[in-house]
Amino acid sequence: MTEGHAALEVRDIACRRGPALLFSKLDFDVFPGELLCVRGPNGCGKTTLLRCVTGLTRPDAGRIAWLGQSVAEDPARFRGDIAYGGHLPALKDDLTTEENLEFSLRLRDVAVDREAIARALAAVGLEKRRRLPARRLSAGQRRRIGLARLSLDPALLWILDEPLTALDDAGQAQFVELLDRHLARGGLALVATHHNLLPPSGKVRELRIAP
Amino acid sequence: MNVPSRGTYSGGFAWAMARDLRLAWRHPDEIILTLAFFALVASLFPLGIGAEPQLLARIGPGVIWVGALLAAFLALPGIFAADFADGSLEQMSLSPHPPLGWAAGKIAAHWIISGLPLTLMSPLIGLQYGLTADTLLVEAVSLALGTPILSLLGGACAALALGARGGGMLLALLALPLFVPVLIFGAGAAEAQATGLAPTPHLSLLGAALIAALVGVPAAVVAAVRISVD
Repeated sequence: MTEGHAALEVRDIACRRGPALLFSKLDFDVFPGELLCVRGPNGCGKTTLLRCVTGLTRPDAGRIAWLGQSVAEDPARFRGDIAYGGHLPALKDDLTTEENLEFSLRLRDVAVDREAIARALAAVGLEKRRRLPARRLSAGQRRRIGLARLSLDPALLWILDEPLTALDDAGQAQFVELLDRHLARGGLALVATHHNLLPPSGKVRELRIAP
Repeated sequence: MNVPSRGTYSGGFAWAMARDLRLAWRHPDEIILTLAFFALVASLFPLGIGAEPQLLARIGPGVIWVGALLAAFLALPGIFAADFADGSLEQMSLSPHPPLGWAAGKIAAHWIISGLPLTLMSPLIGLQYGLTADTLLVEAVSLALGTPILSLLGGACAALALGARGGGMLLALLALPLFVPVLIFGAGAAEAQATGLAPTPHLSLLGAALIAALVGVPAAVVAAVRISVD
């Protein structure tokens, strides 16, 4: 992949929810090593925009291209490249921390051994909670499983919706560190957040959605 | 940069089977409740209609099929609702594994924890009705062929009813009419055997319906999930 070429190109995207037009004629690019923060007041459509880019929600208009190829032509290839973190944690209360992480990585077709999983959980401070069912974890600890997942997923494009919610200061710092490593490797991130994310090495741009 | 995974059908299938079976193993009460419901419904009929042996042998095959159908229906909402509520269904939709694989895996797992135990339990209930050994066998075979169809059709309906208010009622209205042909051929096979006719035509039709459902329904489930997640 050559520098200077946008890896993710979004053109003319529009979405309405019921009678309300959330956004229209929205254009943006994301380059390798770049973080694009989506900002705007509550209810302006940040989540919907992220879901439109992933393909979960069908936009009313617009084109999305990934690595120069239209996503509509090969959605499976695009899905392989994105790690999505939405509002919902996608954790199973009855599975242990370890099992949750293992199953979510297997779903992403990422092969990791038990040791890598144990290391990743230790890195986010969950080594003592490895065998606890997820129902016994706090909201922040559940979020930390998400951090461990991001640290093991080689996906090139992160699409994250309010990733800092429920995380304490240490957790937030850890997220920024992960993000920084991701960007330094040439990864891309599209993040909806109200916080100021300042990863030291990456380029940060903002996209404002105004109603 | 690493080449992204494109996933495999078998990978998604195995993933869904392994996860759903492990979840069911953690909560065996759901299987037990399904079986208890089956036994209860089947036991209510003699109480309501009267316990003459000839009458029971006459209605037995049909009652067992209706009981199994209702018990299988009872287990349906769980097939996608929890994954929908906790966001797992979003992650599955974004998995590199083709959706057909994990959708089929979830339905197969659902059959293993609902239809299969019901099928295995049916001879016990049949004994209660004084059915002959041959009829018990045909009943079990017809359930083994029919309950996967119930899981498949019901899975598609459950995926469609996701997120709808009063989803349970909607699911009953959607799924139960679709179950009617399965019930007719399933109960018909055991009844034919009980009255001395050949059950094979009914069983062949059930088998054909199962093959058709195996081919067609998973794609409908995928489409329904896509609509519900949007």
